[in-house]
Amino acid sequence: MYLKLAWRNIWRNKRRSIITIVSITFAVLLACTMRSMQLGSYERMIENSARFFTGYIQVHQNGFWDDRMVDNSMSEDAELIQLIEQTEGVEVAVPRVESFALASYGMKTKGAMVLGIDPEKEDQLTLVKSKMIEGEYLKPDDKAVLVAEGLAEYLKVGIGDSLVLISQGYHGANSAGIYPIKGIMKFNGPIQNDQTVYIPLAESQWFYAMEGRLTSIALVIDKAKHVDRIVTSISNEVDTAQLEVMGWEELMPEIVQGIEVDDVSGRIMLWILYAVIGFGMFGTFLMMTAERMYEFGVMVSIGMRKWAMQVVIILEMGIMSAFGVIAGILISLPALIYFYNNPVFFGGEMGQTIESFGYEAAYFFSVDAVIFYNQAWAIFIMATILGFYPIYVIRKLKPVSAMREA
Amino acid sequence: MSVILAKNLTKIYQETAVPVKALNNLSLEVTEGEFTAVVGPSGCGKTTLLNVLGGLDSPTEGTVELAGTDITQMKESKLIDFRLRNIGFVFQAYNLIPVLTTLENIEFIMLLQKVDKATRNKRSLELMREMGIEDKASKRPSQLSGGQQQRVAVARALASKPKFILADEPTANLDSVSTANLLDIMAKLNREEKATFVFSTHDQRVIDKARRVVTLEDGAIVSDEIRQ
Repeated sequence: MYLKLAWRNIWRNKRRSIITIVSITFAVLLACTMRSMQLGSYERMIENSARFFTGYIQVHQNGFWDDRMVDNSMSEDAELIQLIEQTEGVEVAVPRVESFALASYGMKTKGAMVLGIDPEKEDQLTLVKSKMIEGEYLKPDDKAVLVAEGLAEYLKVGIGDSLVLISQGYHGANSAGIYPIKGIMKFNGPIQNDQTVYIPLAESQWFYAMEGRLTSIALVIDKAKHVDRIVTSISNEVDTAQLEVMGWEELMPEIVQGIEVDDVSGRIMLWILYAVIGFGMFGTFLMMTAERMYEFGVMVSIGMRKWAMQVVIILEMGIMSAFGVIAGILISLPALIYFYNNPVFFGGEMGQTIESFGYEAAYFFSVDAVIFYNQAWAIFIMATILGFYPIYVIRKLKPVSAMREA
Repeated sequence: MSVILAKNLTKIYQETAVPVKALNNLSLEVTEGEFTAVVGPSGCGKTTLLNVLGGLDSPTEGTVELAGTDITQMKESKLIDFRLRNIGFVFQAYNLIPVLTTLENIEFIMLLQKVDKATRNKRSLELMREMGIEDKASKRPSQLSGGQQQRVAVARALASKPKFILADEPTANLDSVSTANLLDIMAKLNREEKATFVFSTHDQRVIDKARRVVTLEDGAIVSDEIRQ
């Protein structure tokens, strides 16, 4: 009976109920879209940096990550690599030599991040083969380099040109080499795209005069959410006085902080949106309550318990909120799935401007279930809080006053 | 046996700048099966008396015993429950639940009393037949005339077989034909079901049908006439 009363009460003023439901629908639609774009950009940022660059986990000599000099490198230990690869959740341990060098061609010079890689293993980590836009991929014994597109454009180099690398090697040795460019890669992240040079691992060890040494071991893992567990497992197995095991959040705290700061602004926008919708919903509940005071008075007079009337009101608000939330999710879901699979890229000057700030010139979307789940909860909590008003009014209701004043 | 026993009722409204004494040391006893009209000029305290007798309002002084139970000190939730089980109300403005049909409105109080479905249906159909509204079972209040709505309101008040029915100006919004019909029905229910009616009115046709007429003036009883 309570459900029947609530249902019919909702439709006794169809226009008002529909407006309320539609306003909730739009709020959910807008909130889901905003949140999807925000989380999508975070996922992309993490993916570009962690999944396709540093790896979700790295193992180094203690202190290397704070002071990334080849002097802080570690021994290339086959047993250590085997031990790491045997840890549950680790698929491949990818040895690397990471350092900086000046890359020069003709009259142009630029600072570059030089990555000494095992070509096959590295591809399993960063899918680097898929980033090749010109030339050929590296072989382990090549004495050549791959250059990122942005850097190649700056230096005005192409396939077959000779790139000069100058740096400081292990224990202060001078490092200088001239390498033919075997391929050009395109990275999504503008910073990586403007700085990266790949060189076979053995050649990098020779270049930095650090044969038999590595700066880091990056890991391919089964699932990103297993990072903390795998970090703990490896830390328990290795000598942590000598080695550091770091997850991506520790490797790139600036990304975590950037996301946190941006997330706060996103949440503020969401709260503003909720406040606007909340006032709209409150207006409806206020009218719903005011125009039925007489009826409430009659119902109490004839013997309806106040809690039963409160249940009816809560059901009315719950049904309208649920309709709005479900409609909002049903409308936003297919659209967001589409944009998740087809990100919106910016071309032309707008794209260049965005990239000049170090961002990828595109909108990426997330379809993480938590986005929809959170909106549903937010509206539910808001309706519950607003529901206190009619509940309070009914609680305080005096039948004679209610009927007289109405 | 008295179903209503009001002793020394005084009701003073303090909401206005000058306190208004709506009931002034009023005592009244109503026995089972009575058909009583409370009459008097506007503002004499008729509605206040019915509200106090029905437990909708509390007296400033005095006590009200309904079917042997003192309701003046009763907690609100118990009082609501007491009203549900013992009192039927008929209001001037019908006050049916607009989203329910005639049948559902009549069943509503029985539903609150948790009466089983078969009994509810039987009683509702019986009352609709007596009221002559059996063909309006599926109509909503907005689809009924004033007279029909008031008959539904009386049927609703009687559905739970209350100890007595309080009716505040039940014919005030009705035309003469509807008034005559409603009075005939109420008189018949009073005779055949022994339903006790107390109603406020200043409609002479209603007063003529009453077997007891209590006249109020300035919140006090000035005459109490019992007719044969």
